[in-house]
Amino acid sequence: MKKAIVFKSVKKNFGKLEALKGIDLTIEEGEFFGLLGPNGAGKSTLINILAGLTKPSSGSIKVMGYDVTQDYQYARRSLGIVPQELVFDPFFNVREMLRFQAGYFGKGQENDDWIDEVIEELDLKDKANTNMRMLSGGMKRRALIAQALVHKPPVIVLDEPTAGVDVELRKRLWQFIKKLNQKGHTIVLTTHYLEEAETLCSRIAMMDHGKIVALDKTKNLLKRFSAKNLNLRLDLKGKKIPISIQKFMQNLDYHSISFLIEEIAEVEFIISELKKTKIKILDMELTNSDLENVFLKLTGSKK
Amino acid sequence: MTNFKTEFIGIWTLLKKELLRFWRVVFQTVAAPVITAVLYLLIFSHVLANHVKVYDNVEYTAFLIPGLIMMSLLQNAFANSSSSLIQSKVMGNIVFILLTPITYLQFFLAFLIASIVRGIFVGACIYLFALLYVDLPMLHPWIIFGFAIIGGALLGTFGIIAGIWAHRFDQMAAFQNFVIMPLSFLSGVFYSIHSLPPFWQKVSQLNPFFYMIDGFRYGFFGQSDVPPLLSLSIVTFFFVVLASITLGMLKSGYKLRS
Repeated sequence: MKKAIVFKSVKKNFGKLEALKGIDLTIEEGEFFGLLGPNGAGKSTLINILAGLTKPSSGSIKVMGYDVTQDYQYARRSLGIVPQELVFDPFFNVREMLRFQAGYFGKGQENDDWIDEVIEELDLKDKANTNMRMLSGGMKRRALIAQALVHKPPVIVLDEPTAGVDVELRKRLWQFIKKLNQKGHTIVLTTHYLEEAETLCSRIAMMDHGKIVALDKTKNLLKRFSAKNLNLRLDLKGKKIPISIQKFMQNLDYHSISFLIEEIAEVEFIISELKKTKIKILDMELTNSDLENVFLKLTGSKK
Repeated sequence: MTNFKTEFIGIWTLLKKELLRFWRVVFQTVAAPVITAVLYLLIFSHVLANHVKVYDNVEYTAFLIPGLIMMSLLQNAFANSSSSLIQSKVMGNIVFILLTPITYLQFFLAFLIASIVRGIFVGACIYLFALLYVDLPMLHPWIIFGFAIIGGALLGTFGIIAGIWAHRFDQMAAFQNFVIMPLSFLSGVFYSIHSLPPFWQKVSQLNPFFYMIDGFRYGFFGQSDVPPLLSLSIVTFFFVVLASITLGMLKSGYKLRS
Protein backbone atom coordinates (compact mmCIF):
# COMPACT_ATOMS: atom_id res chain seq x y z
CA MET A 1 0.00 0.00 0.00
CA LYS A 2 1.24 3.51 -0.83
CA LYS A 3 2.21 5.75 2.02
CA ALA A 4 0.03 8.86 2.33
CA ILE A 5 2.16 10.71 4.89
CA VAL A 6 5.63 9.96 6.24
CA PHE A 7 7.18 11.95 9.08
CA LYS A 8 10.86 11.12 9.56
CA SER A 9 12.65 12.35 12.72
CA VAL A 10 10.74 15.63 12.67
CA LYS A 11 11.94 18.11 15.27
CA LYS A 12 10.80 21.65 15.88
CA ASN A 13 12.23 24.14 18.34
CA PHE A 14 10.72 27.51 19.14
CA GLY A 15 13.68 29.16 20.85
CA LYS A 16 14.47 26.94 23.83
CA LEU A 17 11.13 25.14 23.65
CA GLU A 18 11.26 21.73 22.00
CA ALA A 19 7.79 21.56 20.48
CA LEU A 20 8.49 18.31 18.59
CA LYS A 21 11.16 15.90 19.82
CA GLY A 22 11.69 13.68 16.79
CA ILE A 23 8.45 12.40 15.33
CA ASP A 24 8.52 9.24 13.23
CA LEU A 25 5.13 8.34 11.85
CA THR A 26 3.77 6.74 8.70
CA ILE A 27 0.13 6.98 7.65
CA GLU A 28 -1.00 4.58 4.94
CA GLU A 29 -3.16 5.54 2.01
CA GLY A 30 -6.88 5.17 2.76
CA GLU A 31 -6.42 5.19 6.53
CA PHE A 32 -8.64 7.05 8.97
CA PHE A 33 -5.99 8.21 11.38
CA GLY A 34 -6.44 9.99 14.69
CA LEU A 35 -3.92 12.34 16.28
CA LEU A 36 -4.71 12.89 19.92
CA GLY A 37 -3.11 14.85 22.67
CA PRO A 38 -3.66 17.56 25.23
CA ASN A 39 -3.08 21.24 24.49
CA GLY A 40 0.60 21.88 23.87
CA ALA A 41 1.29 18.24 22.93
CA GLY A 42 2.55 19.33 19.49
CA LYS A 43 -0.37 18.22 17.30
CA SER A 44 -0.94 21.60 15.67
CA THR A 45 2.80 22.15 15.15
CA LEU A 46 2.97 18.79 13.39
CA ILE A 47 -0.04 19.66 11.20
CA ASN A 48 1.40 23.12 10.43
CA ILE A 49 4.69 21.56 9.35
CA LEU A 50 2.78 19.14 7.15
CA ALA A 51 0.87 22.07 5.63
CA GLY A 52 4.01 24.14 5.05
CA LEU A 53 2.92 26.86 7.48
CA THR A 54 5.78 26.03 9.84
CA LYS A 55 9.26 24.90 8.94
CA PRO A 56 10.75 21.91 10.75
CA SER A 57 14.04 22.42 12.59
CA SER A 58 15.11 19.03 11.23
CA GLY A 59 13.68 15.90 9.69
CA SER A 60 11.57 15.34 6.58
CA ILE A 61 7.89 15.01 5.71
CA LYS A 62 6.41 13.47 2.59
CA VAL A 63 2.83 13.59 1.36
CA MET A 64 1.97 10.96 -1.27
CA GLY A 65 5.71 10.62 -1.86
CA TYR A 66 6.37 14.37 -2.28
CA ASP A 67 8.62 16.21 0.14
CA VAL A 68 6.73 19.15 1.67
CA THR A 69 9.79 21.42 1.31
CA GLN A 70 11.48 20.27 -1.90
CA ASP A 71 8.36 19.35 -3.89
CA TYR A 72 5.97 21.61 -2.02
CA GLN A 73 3.72 22.30 -5.02
CA TYR A 74 3.02 18.60 -5.56
CA ALA A 75 2.75 17.93 -1.83
CA ARG A 76 0.20 20.73 -1.35
CA ARG A 77 -1.88 19.57 -4.31
CA SER A 78 -2.17 16.22 -2.52
CA LEU A 79 -3.27 17.81 0.72
CA GLY A 80 -6.51 19.43 1.91
CA ILE A 81 -6.28 21.11 5.31
CA VAL A 82 -9.23 22.19 7.42
CA PRO A 83 -7.82 24.72 9.86
CA GLN A 84 -8.88 24.78 13.48
CA GLU A 85 -9.82 28.48 13.59
CA LEU A 86 -12.97 29.71 11.89
CA VAL A 87 -11.14 31.92 9.41
CA PHE A 88 -12.87 33.45 6.39
CA ASP A 89 -12.54 36.24 3.85
CA PRO A 90 -15.29 38.80 4.51
CA PHE A 91 -15.27 40.15 0.95
CA PHE A 92 -16.69 37.08 -0.75
CA ASN A 93 -19.54 34.59 -0.69
CA VAL A 94 -19.23 30.84 -0.25
CA ARG A 95 -19.21 29.95 -3.96
CA GLU A 96 -16.67 32.67 -4.78
CA MET A 97 -14.39 31.49 -2.00
CA LEU A 98 -14.57 27.91 -3.24
CA ARG A 99 -13.83 28.96 -6.82
CA PHE A 100 -10.86 31.03 -5.68
CA GLN A 101 -9.54 28.18 -3.58
CA ALA A 102 -9.83 25.75 -6.50
CA GLY A 103 -8.16 28.33 -8.76
CA TYR A 104 -5.13 28.61 -6.47
CA PHE A 105 -4.65 24.89 -7.09
CA GLY A 106 -4.82 25.43 -10.86
CA LYS A 107 -8.43 24.26 -11.23
CA GLY A 108 -10.52 26.28 -13.64
CA GLN A 109 -14.16 26.28 -14.70
CA GLU A 110 -14.03 22.54 -15.41
CA ASN A 111 -14.03 22.12 -11.63
CA ASP A 112 -17.37 23.93 -11.09
CA ASP A 113 -19.40 20.70 -11.13
CA TRP A 114 -17.29 19.32 -8.29
CA ILE A 115 -17.74 22.58 -6.36
CA ASP A 116 -21.52 22.21 -6.77
CA GLU A 117 -21.25 18.63 -5.51
CA VAL A 118 -19.27 19.68 -2.44
CA ILE A 119 -21.76 22.48 -1.73
CA GLU A 120 -24.60 19.97 -2.01
CA GLU A 121 -22.90 17.34 0.16
CA LEU A 122 -22.19 19.83 2.93
CA ASP A 123 -25.70 21.29 2.87
CA LEU A 124 -24.42 24.69 1.82
CA LYS A 125 -26.67 25.08 -1.22
CA ASP A 126 -28.94 27.68 0.40
CA LYS A 127 -25.93 29.67 1.54
CA ALA A 128 -23.80 29.37 -1.60
CA ASN A 129 -24.33 33.01 -2.52
CA THR A 130 -24.24 34.34 1.04
CA ASN A 131 -21.28 36.41 2.19
CA MET A 132 -18.99 34.42 4.48
CA ARG A 133 -19.36 36.87 7.36
CA MET A 134 -23.14 36.33 7.39
CA LEU A 135 -22.81 32.58 8.09
CA SER A 136 -23.27 30.95 11.48
CA GLY A 137 -20.32 29.20 13.14
CA GLY A 138 -21.51 25.79 11.97
CA MET A 139 -21.93 26.99 8.39
CA LYS A 140 -18.49 28.59 8.44
CA ARG A 141 -17.06 25.27 9.63
CA ARG A 142 -18.74 23.49 6.68
CA ALA A 143 -17.44 26.11 4.26
CA LEU A 144 -13.93 25.53 5.62
CA ILE A 145 -14.28 21.79 5.02
CA ALA A 146 -15.58 22.51 1.51
CA GLN A 147 -12.55 24.74 0.85
CA ALA A 148 -10.21 21.90 1.78
CA LEU A 149 -11.95 19.58 -0.69
CA VAL A 150 -12.27 21.77 -3.80
CA HIS A 151 -9.08 20.50 -5.42
CA LYS A 152 -9.94 16.82 -4.73
CA PRO A 153 -6.94 16.09 -2.52
CA PRO A 154 -6.19 12.42 -1.75
CA VAL A 155 -5.18 13.34 1.83
CA ILE A 156 -7.42 15.42 4.07
CA VAL A 157 -6.33 16.77 7.42
CA LEU A 158 -8.99 18.00 9.80
CA ASP A 159 -7.63 19.96 12.74
CA GLU A 160 -10.29 19.75 15.45
CA PRO A 161 -13.16 20.00 12.94
CA THR A 162 -15.91 19.61 15.51
CA ALA A 163 -14.59 22.00 18.15
CA GLY A 164 -17.45 24.21 19.29
CA VAL A 165 -19.94 22.47 17.00
CA ASP A 166 -23.35 21.32 18.29
CA VAL A 167 -24.06 17.61 18.68
CA GLU A 168 -26.28 17.33 15.61
CA LEU A 169 -23.79 18.99 13.27
CA ARG A 170 -20.97 16.98 14.82
CA LYS A 171 -22.76 13.73 13.93
CA ARG A 172 -23.42 14.96 10.39
CA LEU A 173 -19.80 15.96 9.94
CA TRP A 174 -18.74 12.52 11.19
CA GLN A 175 -20.94 10.89 8.56
CA PHE A 176 -19.54 13.13 5.85
CA ILE A 177 -15.92 12.50 6.84
CA LYS A 178 -16.60 8.75 7.00
CA LYS A 179 -18.01 8.92 3.49
CA LEU A 180 -14.88 10.69 2.25
CA ASN A 181 -12.76 7.94 3.78
CA GLN A 182 -14.92 5.26 2.17
CA LYS A 183 -14.35 6.98 -1.18
CA GLY A 184 -10.63 6.43 -0.70
CA HIS A 185 -9.43 9.67 0.86
CA THR A 186 -6.85 9.34 3.61
CA ILE A 187 -8.13 11.18 6.66
CA VAL A 188 -6.05 12.59 9.48
CA LEU A 189 -8.12 13.88 12.35
CA THR A 190 -6.87 15.77 15.35
CA THR A 191 -9.34 16.01 18.14
CA HIS A 192 -9.86 16.59 21.82
CA TYR A 193 -12.97 14.44 21.74
CA LEU A 194 -11.80 10.94 22.56
CA GLU A 195 -15.23 9.58 21.69
CA GLU A 196 -14.78 11.03 18.21
CA ALA A 197 -11.45 9.30 17.69
CA GLU A 198 -12.77 6.04 19.13
CA THR A 199 -15.78 6.09 16.78
CA LEU A 200 -14.03 7.18 13.59
CA CYS A 201 -10.36 6.29 13.58
CA SER A 202 -8.91 2.92 12.70
CA ARG A 203 -5.49 3.88 14.05
CA ILE A 204 -4.42 6.42 16.61
CA ALA A 205 -1.27 8.23 17.67
CA MET A 206 -1.28 9.85 21.06
CA MET A 207 1.05 12.78 21.55
CA ASP A 208 2.31 14.37 24.71
CA HIS A 209 5.08 16.94 25.21
CA GLY A 210 6.20 16.76 21.58
CA LYS A 211 6.47 12.97 21.44
CA ILE A 212 4.29 10.11 20.28
CA VAL A 213 3.51 8.15 23.43
CA ALA A 214 1.30 5.51 21.78
CA LEU A 215 0.67 4.40 18.22
CA ASP A 216 -1.57 1.49 17.35
CA LYS A 217 -4.89 0.41 15.94
CA THR A 218 -7.69 1.83 18.04
CA LYS A 219 -8.96 -1.59 19.13
CA ASN A 220 -5.43 -2.73 20.02
CA LEU A 221 -4.87 0.35 22.13
CA LEU A 222 -8.08 -0.32 23.99
CA LYS A 223 -7.14 -3.99 24.41
CA ARG A 224 -3.56 -3.22 25.43
CA PHE A 225 -4.72 -0.95 28.14
CA SER A 226 -7.56 -3.18 29.17
CA ALA A 227 -8.17 -1.39 32.40
CA LYS A 228 -11.70 -1.32 33.77
CA ASN A 229 -13.58 1.21 35.74
CA LEU A 230 -15.03 0.19 39.08
CA ASN A 231 -17.78 2.67 39.84
CA LEU A 232 -18.96 2.59 43.46
CA ARG A 233 -21.75 4.46 45.19
CA LEU A 234 -20.75 4.75 48.83
CA ASP A 235 -22.35 5.77 52.05
CA LEU A 236 -19.41 7.76 53.43
CA LYS A 237 -21.12 9.43 56.42
CA GLY A 238 -18.12 11.70 56.99
CA LYS A 239 -15.55 8.92 56.67
CA LYS A 240 -12.54 9.31 54.41
CA ILE A 241 -11.50 6.97 51.60
CA PRO A 242 -8.53 4.90 52.88
CA ILE A 243 -5.16 6.19 51.66
CA SER A 244 -4.26 2.67 50.48
CA ILE A 245 -6.87 2.79 47.69
CA GLN A 246 -6.74 6.48 46.81
CA LYS A 247 -4.17 5.76 44.06
CA PHE A 248 -6.90 3.92 42.09
CA MET A 249 -9.34 6.81 42.24
CA GLN A 250 -10.24 8.54 38.97
CA ASN A 251 -13.25 10.70 39.72
CA LEU A 252 -15.01 11.65 42.83
CA ASP A 253 -18.37 13.27 42.93
CA TYR A 254 -21.23 13.41 45.37
CA HIS A 255 -22.86 10.21 44.17
CA SER A 256 -20.10 7.89 43.10
CA ILE A 257 -16.39 7.21 42.95
CA SER A 258 -14.66 5.72 39.97
CA PHE A 259 -11.58 3.50 40.47
CA LEU A 260 -9.31 2.50 37.59
CA ILE A 261 -8.28 -1.13 37.96
CA GLU A 262 -6.08 -3.43 35.94
CA GLU A 263 -6.65 -6.75 37.68
CA ILE A 264 -9.68 -8.27 39.32
CA ALA A 265 -7.61 -8.77 42.51
CA GLU A 266 -7.61 -5.00 42.84
CA VAL A 267 -11.42 -5.05 43.07
CA GLU A 268 -11.19 -7.38 46.05
CA PHE A 269 -8.54 -5.18 47.64
CA ILE A 270 -10.60 -2.00 47.23
CA ILE A 271 -13.73 -3.64 48.65
CA SER A 272 -11.87 -5.12 51.63
CA GLU A 273 -10.24 -1.77 52.43
CA LEU A 274 -13.65 -0.09 52.35
CA LYS A 275 -15.05 -2.77 54.63
CA LYS A 276 -12.19 -2.22 57.08
CA THR A 277 -13.11 1.44 57.34
CA LYS A 278 -16.79 0.48 57.61
CA ILE A 279 -17.80 2.41 54.52
CA LYS A 280 -20.98 0.91 53.14
CA ILE A 281 -21.17 0.13 49.42
CA LEU A 282 -24.60 1.14 48.10
CA ASP A 283 -24.07 0.23 44.47
CA MET A 284 -21.35 -1.19 42.27
CA GLU A 285 -20.67 -1.27 38.51
CA LEU A 286 -17.74 -2.56 36.45
CA THR A 287 -17.28 -0.94 33.01
CA ASN A 288 -14.80 -1.38 30.19
CA SER A 289 -12.03 1.10 29.58
CA ASP A 290 -12.30 3.78 26.91
CA LEU A 291 -9.72 5.90 25.15
CA GLU A 292 -9.98 8.47 27.87
CA ASN A 293 -8.53 6.03 30.37
CA VAL A 294 -5.84 4.96 27.95
CA PHE A 295 -4.99 8.57 27.36
CA LEU A 296 -4.83 9.38 31.06
CA LYS A 297 -2.60 6.41 31.71
CA LEU A 298 -0.22 7.28 28.92
CA THR A 299 0.11 10.95 29.58
CA GLY A 300 -0.37 10.83 33.31
CA SER A 301 -2.69 13.82 32.91
CA LYS A 302 -5.76 14.52 34.95
CA LYS A 303 -8.94 15.54 33.22
CA MET B 1 0.83 17.57 -13.06
CA THR B 2 2.20 21.09 -12.80
CA ASN B 3 2.06 22.78 -16.18
CA PHE B 4 1.75 26.24 -17.62
CA LYS B 5 -2.06 26.19 -17.56
CA THR B 6 -2.36 25.31 -13.88
CA GLU B 7 0.35 27.84 -12.99
CA PHE B 8 -1.47 30.52 -14.99
CA ILE B 9 -4.84 29.71 -13.40
CA GLY B 10 -3.18 30.00 -9.97
CA ILE B 11 -1.77 33.48 -10.48
CA TRP B 12 -4.82 34.66 -12.44
CA THR B 13 -7.13 33.55 -9.61
CA LEU B 14 -5.10 35.37 -6.98
CA LEU B 15 -4.98 38.49 -9.16
CA LYS B 16 -8.73 38.30 -9.81
CA LYS B 17 -9.38 37.92 -6.07
CA GLU B 18 -7.22 40.97 -5.32
CA LEU B 19 -8.94 43.05 -8.01
CA LEU B 20 -12.42 42.02 -6.83
CA ARG B 21 -11.44 42.78 -3.25
CA PHE B 22 -10.87 46.46 -3.97
CA TRP B 23 -13.76 46.63 -6.43
CA ARG B 24 -16.18 45.40 -3.74
CA VAL B 25 -15.39 48.53 -1.73
CA VAL B 26 -15.03 50.88 -4.70
CA PHE B 27 -16.33 53.90 -2.80
CA GLN B 28 -13.53 53.54 -0.31
CA THR B 29 -10.80 52.44 -2.70
CA VAL B 30 -11.52 54.58 -5.79
CA ALA B 31 -14.19 57.24 -5.19
CA ALA B 32 -12.66 58.55 -1.94
CA PRO B 33 -9.12 59.16 -3.31
CA VAL B 34 -10.53 60.68 -6.51
CA ILE B 35 -12.64 63.14 -4.52
CA THR B 36 -9.67 63.99 -2.28
CA ALA B 37 -7.50 64.71 -5.32
CA VAL B 38 -10.23 66.81 -6.97
CA LEU B 39 -10.56 68.83 -3.74
CA TYR B 40 -6.78 69.41 -3.68
CA LEU B 41 -7.01 70.53 -7.29
CA LEU B 42 -9.86 72.96 -6.69
CA ILE B 43 -8.40 74.46 -3.52
CA PHE B 44 -4.72 74.71 -4.48
CA SER B 45 -5.39 75.91 -8.00
CA HIS B 46 -7.75 78.56 -6.67
CA VAL B 47 -5.39 79.76 -3.94
CA LEU B 48 -2.03 79.48 -5.74
CA ALA B 49 -2.82 79.94 -9.45
CA ASN B 50 -1.71 83.57 -9.54
CA HIS B 51 1.12 83.24 -7.01
CA VAL B 52 3.23 80.29 -8.16
CA LYS B 53 5.13 80.28 -11.43
CA VAL B 54 6.56 76.94 -12.51
CA TYR B 55 7.25 76.19 -16.18
CA ASP B 56 6.93 78.64 -19.06
CA ASN B 57 3.72 78.20 -21.03
CA VAL B 58 2.21 75.91 -18.36
CA GLU B 59 -0.38 77.34 -16.04
CA TYR B 60 -0.22 76.28 -12.40
CA THR B 61 -3.51 74.36 -12.51
CA ALA B 62 -2.27 72.24 -15.41
CA PHE B 63 1.10 71.77 -13.65
CA LEU B 64 -0.67 70.55 -10.54
CA ILE B 65 -2.76 67.82 -12.19
CA PRO B 66 -0.04 65.27 -13.21
CA GLY B 67 1.44 65.56 -9.71
CA LEU B 68 -1.92 64.91 -8.09
CA ILE B 69 -2.60 61.99 -10.43
CA MET B 70 0.78 60.42 -9.68
CA MET B 71 0.52 61.06 -5.93
CA SER B 72 -2.88 59.35 -5.79
CA LEU B 73 -1.66 56.52 -8.01
CA LEU B 74 1.30 55.88 -5.71
CA GLN B 75 -0.70 56.11 -2.49
CA ASN B 76 -3.37 53.74 -3.79
CA ALA B 77 -0.89 51.24 -5.18
CA PHE B 78 0.66 51.12 -1.71
CA ALA B 79 -2.72 50.93 0.01
CA ASN B 80 -3.90 48.03 -2.15
CA SER B 81 -1.21 45.49 -1.38
CA SER B 82 -0.56 46.63 2.18
CA SER B 83 -4.21 46.68 3.29
CA SER B 84 -5.00 43.36 1.64
CA LEU B 85 -2.09 41.65 3.36
CA ILE B 86 -2.59 43.13 6.82
CA GLN B 87 -6.32 42.31 6.71
CA SER B 88 -5.61 38.74 5.61
CA LYS B 89 -3.04 38.34 8.36
CA VAL B 90 -5.22 39.80 11.10
CA MET B 91 -8.31 37.85 9.94
CA GLY B 92 -6.22 34.70 9.51
CA ASN B 93 -7.43 34.02 5.97
CA ILE B 94 -3.88 34.37 4.59
CA VAL B 95 -3.67 30.59 5.21
CA PHE B 96 -5.98 30.03 2.26
CA ILE B 97 -3.12 31.21 0.03
CA LEU B 98 -0.26 29.79 2.09
CA LEU B 99 -1.72 26.27 1.95
CA THR B 100 -1.76 26.25 -1.84
CA PRO B 101 0.92 25.53 -4.46
CA ILE B 102 1.10 29.26 -5.36
CA THR B 103 4.82 30.10 -5.58
CA TYR B 104 6.38 33.14 -3.93
CA LEU B 105 6.88 34.68 -7.38
CA GLN B 106 3.21 34.17 -8.32
CA PHE B 107 2.20 35.66 -4.98
CA PHE B 108 4.40 38.70 -5.63
CA LEU B 109 3.19 39.22 -9.20
CA ALA B 110 -0.52 38.92 -8.34
CA PHE B 111 -0.30 41.48 -5.52
CA LEU B 112 1.94 43.70 -7.61
CA ILE B 113 -0.31 43.75 -10.70
CA ALA B 114 -3.44 44.35 -8.57
CA SER B 115 -1.70 47.35 -6.96
CA ILE B 116 -0.70 48.78 -10.34
CA VAL B 117 -4.24 48.33 -11.70
CA ARG B 118 -5.83 50.09 -8.72
CA GLY B 119 -3.27 52.91 -8.82
CA ILE B 120 -3.74 53.49 -12.55
CA PHE B 121 -7.53 53.23 -12.27
CA VAL B 122 -7.61 55.92 -9.57
CA GLY B 123 -5.17 58.05 -11.59
CA ALA B 124 -7.28 57.69 -14.76
CA CYS B 125 -10.43 58.77 -12.92
CA ILE B 126 -8.65 61.88 -11.61
CA TYR B 127 -7.41 62.63 -15.14
CA LEU B 128 -10.95 62.41 -16.53
CA PHE B 129 -12.26 64.74 -13.82
CA ALA B 130 -9.39 67.16 -14.47
CA LEU B 131 -10.26 67.34 -18.18
CA LEU B 132 -13.51 69.02 -17.17
CA TYR B 133 -11.49 71.68 -15.42
CA VAL B 134 -8.44 72.36 -17.59
CA ASP B 135 -7.02 71.57 -21.01
CA LEU B 136 -4.19 69.08 -20.42
CA PRO B 137 -1.78 68.06 -23.20
CA MET B 138 -0.24 64.59 -23.40
CA LEU B 139 2.99 65.11 -25.28
CA HIS B 140 4.54 61.71 -24.53
CA PRO B 141 1.81 59.16 -23.67
CA TRP B 142 4.26 56.25 -23.45
CA ILE B 143 6.37 58.09 -20.91
CA ILE B 144 3.22 58.78 -18.89
CA PHE B 145 2.25 55.12 -19.10
CA GLY B 146 5.78 53.93 -18.30
CA PHE B 147 6.05 56.08 -15.16
CA ALA B 148 2.54 55.06 -14.08
CA ILE B 149 3.52 51.37 -14.34
CA ILE B 150 6.91 51.65 -12.62
CA GLY B 151 5.51 54.02 -9.96
CA GLY B 152 2.59 51.69 -9.21
CA ALA B 153 4.99 48.73 -9.16
CA LEU B 154 7.39 50.44 -6.76
CA LEU B 155 4.69 51.43 -4.28
CA GLY B 156 2.81 48.12 -4.71
CA THR B 157 6.05 46.35 -3.78
CA PHE B 158 6.59 48.67 -0.83
CA GLY B 159 3.02 47.87 0.23
CA ILE B 160 3.79 44.14 0.17
CA ILE B 161 6.81 44.72 2.41
CA ALA B 162 4.72 46.81 4.83
CA GLY B 163 1.87 44.25 4.78
CA ILE B 164 4.23 41.39 5.56
CA TRP B 165 6.14 43.29 8.23
CA ALA B 166 3.20 44.82 10.10
CA HIS B 167 1.07 42.63 12.30
CA ARG B 168 -1.22 45.34 13.66
CA PHE B 169 -3.31 48.00 11.94
CA ASP B 170 -1.59 50.81 13.87
CA GLN B 171 1.80 49.70 12.51
CA MET B 172 0.36 49.97 9.02
CA ALA B 173 -1.06 53.41 9.82
CA ALA B 174 2.43 54.46 10.95
CA PHE B 175 3.81 53.41 7.56
CA GLN B 176 1.12 55.48 5.81
CA ASN B 177 1.46 58.56 7.98
CA PHE B 178 5.19 58.68 8.66
CA VAL B 179 6.59 57.35 5.39
CA ILE B 180 4.16 57.52 2.47
CA MET B 181 2.45 60.84 3.25
CA PRO B 182 5.62 62.90 3.91
CA LEU B 183 7.39 61.42 0.89
CA SER B 184 4.44 62.19 -1.38
CA PHE B 185 3.83 65.73 -0.09
CA LEU B 186 7.55 66.61 -0.24
CA SER B 187 8.01 65.33 -3.78
CA GLY B 188 7.12 68.38 -5.84
CA VAL B 189 3.44 67.67 -6.38
CA PHE B 190 2.52 71.27 -5.62
CA TYR B 191 5.73 73.02 -6.71
CA SER B 192 8.86 72.70 -8.81
CA ILE B 193 11.90 71.87 -6.70
CA HIS B 194 13.72 74.75 -8.42
CA SER B 195 11.57 77.05 -6.32
CA LEU B 196 13.12 75.56 -3.13
CA PRO B 197 16.31 76.73 -1.36
CA PRO B 198 19.42 74.72 -2.47
CA PHE B 199 19.49 72.60 0.69
CA TRP B 200 15.88 71.45 0.27
CA GLN B 201 16.50 70.83 -3.41
CA LYS B 202 19.22 68.36 -2.40
CA VAL B 203 16.91 66.77 0.17
CA SER B 204 14.15 66.44 -2.45
CA GLN B 205 16.58 64.66 -4.76
CA LEU B 206 16.86 61.86 -2.20
CA ASN B 207 13.13 61.26 -2.43
CA PRO B 208 12.17 58.60 -5.04
CA PHE B 209 8.65 60.07 -5.21
CA PHE B 210 10.13 63.23 -6.70
CA TYR B 211 11.54 61.32 -9.71
CA MET B 212 8.26 59.50 -10.32
CA ILE B 213 6.25 62.71 -10.30
CA ASP B 214 8.82 64.69 -12.27
CA GLY B 215 9.13 62.04 -14.98
CA PHE B 216 5.36 61.56 -15.12
CA ARG B 217 4.90 65.32 -15.51
CA TYR B 218 7.43 65.34 -18.37
CA GLY B 219 5.10 63.04 -20.28
CA PHE B 220 2.43 65.77 -20.24
CA PHE B 221 4.44 68.96 -20.82
CA GLY B 222 7.81 67.88 -22.17
CA GLN B 223 9.43 69.80 -19.29
CA SER B 224 10.88 68.52 -16.02
CA ASP B 225 13.31 69.36 -13.22
CA VAL B 226 15.61 66.43 -14.10
CA PRO B 227 15.95 64.48 -17.39
CA PRO B 228 13.19 61.81 -17.59
CA LEU B 229 15.64 59.04 -18.44
CA LEU B 230 17.55 59.74 -15.23
CA SER B 231 14.27 59.68 -13.28
CA LEU B 232 13.27 56.40 -14.90
CA SER B 233 16.67 54.86 -14.09
CA ILE B 234 16.50 55.96 -10.45
CA VAL B 235 12.90 54.72 -10.02
CA THR B 236 13.75 51.41 -11.72
CA PHE B 237 16.76 51.02 -9.42
CA PHE B 238 14.54 51.54 -6.33
CA PHE B 239 12.02 49.05 -7.73
CA VAL B 240 14.67 46.39 -8.32
CA VAL B 241 16.01 46.86 -4.78
CA LEU B 242 12.55 46.68 -3.15
CA ALA B 243 11.42 43.79 -5.38
CA SER B 244 14.55 41.82 -4.41
CA ILE B 245 13.86 42.45 -0.72
CA THR B 246 10.20 41.45 -1.15
CA LEU B 247 11.01 38.27 -3.05
CA GLY B 248 13.55 37.39 -0.39
CA MET B 249 10.95 37.90 2.34
CA LEU B 250 8.36 35.83 0.48
CA LYS B 251 10.80 33.04 -0.36
CA SER B 252 11.96 32.73 3.24
CA GLY B 253 8.40 32.98 4.53
CA TYR B 254 9.36 35.95 6.74
CA LYS B 255 6.49 36.64 9.17
CA LEU B 256 4.22 34.41 7.07
CA ARG B 257 5.53 30.92 7.79
CA SER B 258 7.00 30.33 11.26
